[in-house]
Amino acid sequence: MDLITPGSGLIFWQLIGFLGLLFILIKFAWKPMLAALEERESTIENALKQAEIARNEMANLKAENEKLLAEARLERDNILKKAQEASNKMIEEAKTEAQKQGAQLIENAKAVIETEKKAALTEVKNQVAALTLEVTEKLLKKNLSDDASQKALVDEFVKDLKLN
Amino acid sequence: MTRKILVLSILFSAFLLFNTNSSFAAGSEEDKTSFIMHHVKDSHEWHFATFGHTHVTLPLPVIVYSSDRGLEFFSSTDFQNHDTHAFGKEYAHEGYYIDEHDHLGRVDGASFIELSITKNVVMMFIVMFVLAYVALSAANHYKKNGAVAPKGAAALIEPIVIFVRDEIAEKSIGPKYKKFVPYLITLFLFIWFGNLLGLLPGAANLTGNIAVTMTLAVLTFIITNVNGNKDYWKHVFATPGVPIPMLLIIVPVEIIGLFTKPFALMVRLFVAITAGHIVILGFIALAFIFESYAIGVVSTVMVTFINIIELLVATIQAYVFTLFTAMYIGGAVAEHAHDEHH
Repeated sequence: MDLITPGSGLIFWQLIGFLGLLFILIKFAWKPMLAALEERESTIENALKQAEIARNEMANLKAENEKLLAEARLERDNILKKAQEASNKMIEEAKTEAQKQGAQLIENAKAVIETEKKAALTEVKNQVAALTLEVTEKLLKKNLSDDASQKALVDEFVKDLKLN
Repeated sequence: MTRKILVLSILFSAFLLFNTNSSFAAGSEEDKTSFIMHHVKDSHEWHFATFGHTHVTLPLPVIVYSSDRGLEFFSSTDFQNHDTHAFGKEYAHEGYYIDEHDHLGRVDGASFIELSITKNVVMMFIVMFVLAYVALSAANHYKKNGAVAPKGAAALIEPIVIFVRDEIAEKSIGPKYKKFVPYLITLFLFIWFGNLLGLLPGAANLTGNIAVTMTLAVLTFIITNVNGNKDYWKHVFATPGVPIPMLLIIVPVEIIGLFTKPFALMVRLFVAITAGHIVILGFIALAFIFESYAIGVVSTVMVTFINIIELLVATIQAYVFTLFTAMYIGGAVAEHAHDEHH
């Protein structure tokens, strides 16, 4: 058989064999395989897309969470600030009230003391007057029991009268 | 690396010991190299080895069709000497003979068509069987497991399928590539398996046979031209941008161009594979020509090197054939921009 002359038998069998092989492989190998490959590729692509979506959602969620957190922080700060203000106000009010009440009490006490003082003074005056009367009475009783002393006393008075 | 190559070489020389005819050792220089062409060409029997005077061969059917005698079946052993297994005109059988160049002839000289199952036809069926087995078991993996990661045969075939689809078909053909992918995959794998199995010791030179490459090239030619669109034919018969007198020259050139493309495909694969086989066998023949052990060692090492290169060539040639097929198809189905410079 020659090197560069194609043999008719080989051409015939090659044609039949190759077309048969082509038919069998296309029908039973390449079509299912290419379909499976495409399916897998689309599955992978979908999975990647899904992952991307999930990642975006996660990012959104995170951003939202952060926003919420920031809002919560702000709110907390506000509440704390308000509470601080309220407490400060209450303390202030309490202080003012206390001062007012203290002043009132002091006022009252002063008034009471004044009254008591006056009463005591009156009492003391009365007592002194009574005592003086008593002493004077006793002195008078004793001193005016004799005539000389009476006379002396009268003289005394007369002396004073002269001066007036 | 060197050690591995030496080990491979020794293994290979063991094969050579079995595979070479002892008669090469004695005889004329032409006898010593005749086995090269004998191996490279097709044959009516498959000769594996010769031990002394015992020939290990696979007799093959000889099928002949002639208009006067109809379809006839013979065995290759009908046409040869039973001791030497030599073919010759003197061993004619029922009006046919196979001459010493392994060429079938008819004694009365009338015309006939030969449809014999030759060595290369058997080799072709082996390649197709192996390919079909691998491809179908790969496809079976997807049928069983659905669209999951490949395993086993699928792991071997899938990267090739994806490579042919994405790198060859899609890039060379363009948007209409899907229709041609199965043909391109089959083409690539058939040539690749044929090239690789052809490198096995004792195998036939299938993809280095011009009948095989011609059939494949003709299929590519048919597919290309059947799918040729208006632009493609317009480009051939009324090349745009060319003045009418010039068309007298251009159109024949374009028509010749239609045929040179598949012709180039046919010759390229045939030459690349046949040349590889001839180089390997040439180095083997050196040992018998010089009748020296030293040359034997050197040529065995060289043969191993060339074999490794041939593994590369096997893949490259399969790739190139498929790529050019895809490019020709791509040229036929492409939608041209008409202001394009030709």
